[in-house]
Amino acid sequence: MTKERPQPAIWDPEFECMHVDALRALQLERLRKVVRRLRNHVPYYRQKMQIVGVTPSDIRTLEDIRKLPFTTKEDLRLCYPYEAFAVPLEKVVRIHASSGTTGKSTVVGYTRKDLDAWTHVVARFLVAGGLTSKDVLHIAFSYGLFTGGFGLHYGAERVGAAVIPVSAGRSERQIQLMKDFGSTALVCTPSYAVYLGELVQTLGVKPQDLKLRVGFFGAEAWSNRIREEIQAKLGLFATDNYGLSEIIGPGVAGECVYQNGMHISEDHFYPELIDPDTCEPADPAKSGELVLTTLTKEAIPLVRYRTRDICTLLPGTCACGRTGVRMSKICGRSDDMLIIRGANVFPSQVEEVLLDVKGTLPHYQIVVSREGALDQLEVRVEVSEEFFFDEMKKLQEMERHIEHKLENVLGIRSAVKLIEPRTLERSEGKAKRVLDLRPKE
Amino acid sequence: MKVQQLSIFMENRAGRLAEIMQLLGDAGVNIRALSLADTSDFGILRLIVNDVDKALQVLRESGHTVSLTDVVAVEVPDHPGGLASVLNPLCQAGVNVEYMYAFVEKATDKAVVIFRFEDIEAALGVLAKAGISVLPAETVYTL
Repeated sequence: MTKERPQPAIWDPEFECMHVDALRALQLERLRKVVRRLRNHVPYYRQKMQIVGVTPSDIRTLEDIRKLPFTTKEDLRLCYPYEAFAVPLEKVVRIHASSGTTGKSTVVGYTRKDLDAWTHVVARFLVAGGLTSKDVLHIAFSYGLFTGGFGLHYGAERVGAAVIPVSAGRSERQIQLMKDFGSTALVCTPSYAVYLGELVQTLGVKPQDLKLRVGFFGAEAWSNRIREEIQAKLGLFATDNYGLSEIIGPGVAGECVYQNGMHISEDHFYPELIDPDTCEPADPAKSGELVLTTLTKEAIPLVRYRTRDICTLLPGTCACGRTGVRMSKICGRSDDMLIIRGANVFPSQVEEVLLDVKGTLPHYQIVVSREGALDQLEVRVEVSEEFFFDEMKKLQEMERHIEHKLENVLGIRSAVKLIEPRTLERSEGKAKRVLDLRPKE
Repeated sequence: MKVQQLSIFMENRAGRLAEIMQLLGDAGVNIRALSLADTSDFGILRLIVNDVDKALQVLRESGHTVSLTDVVAVEVPDHPGGLASVLNPLCQAGVNVEYMYAFVEKATDKAVVIFRFEDIEAALGVLAKAGISVLPAETVYTL
């Protein structure tokens, strides 16, 4: 019972539908300003420029951006907490930080103008995905240092929707609130949306008790298969959106109602696609790592920030009329790719196999460990009622079937382990899909 | 003549069975018969209880994976060859037994065995024809 496609709408036609030539001229003008500001106000980047011997006057065309050094998450960690700021703290009105799961967190600041731009780009993708001022928007992203909650909140208010800042957790209450408040739009991670869809069924809530119409899911990579599942279970029209706190948070890009790639707000963010190994430009139609330059940010301008997200870029005007380049769904990370016994393993490949078993995605976790010199791959699968058989034989057949399919797809053997439901860790609705227990070199 | 059996997915680790038993005990559910099939990693706990709905509700609420399966409770003569006399007609009719387990208590002078058949309708037909007594669900739940 997927909802039909909402009417296409555009929040900011002047920039979203800008003629490409005018857009390139605007980008160049803004790029040159950013480079000058970084050179003048941010010592770490000035040093980087000096090392490669580039000055702001070397940037005469957009292609000249390739002369500039990359910025990495490591750079931002070294700048912890405020060294990457290009403005004094008195100009900063908000601070967020990314989760520090892989080391020190990265801190980002916003000036008043940054917040306004952020609100604006979030409003763009919300409207692109079908949100209107008549909607009641339920936000199940956590509010805090994570940019998701506040980013979506202010963007949706700007559109004029009635925003309910539910935040994360207490899933049964989330569903109760959606029922009681007549929520028509939902914001959360795609994995949490799948979970809510399951819970709706478990609780016996009827689809007509929920008024959901559109959903905006981001903060983690998800496939079109998951989209279909979410749309069917929650009865809404689902769009993907993309962002990262280092660049601004959600709002870098978002899908329109044609669900064919996420429109990058190119007047604010200049995209490049590179080969993550050679750092040379990659063919946009083939996958590469997305590299982003902020064109308008005041507090933390970043040049050529390596997102580590792998995608393709699709140029050309979309059916909706937007002219900005579209990025595909994220199909992996240039750094979360697991190398197991010499094979490259993307969690998304495991996900595809698991989806094929019953047409629905179980909660799962990929565990990589080492026994002696040999890497071991274990895939833990939560046995929900959809994956449960009363007969031992069938359960074991299912285990072997998944193992066989995984070997076909990944090229290496794995052990599938069936585990009880709700035993895998979930934090803020963001599933922890990979557990790498191998000793670090 | 069908009896509803609860099947519960369980990881094979210490204390799981005790937890489930405590849960059902606290809910006032009485267990009539039980069997546990297991591998090194997981198991399936199969239960016949006095209150199926109640048991299903508390198990699901506590996050367990549970399913309901139709099984048959057959009265088996309690003497050498008793079980064989039940199995023979089924075997001759080509009806497959997926699994079976015995009731702890006896209803009469006969033993009660729970059968899960591949084809339950065919099995009931064969048993009736062979004059083998099958216990109604209400009797089984209150044994």
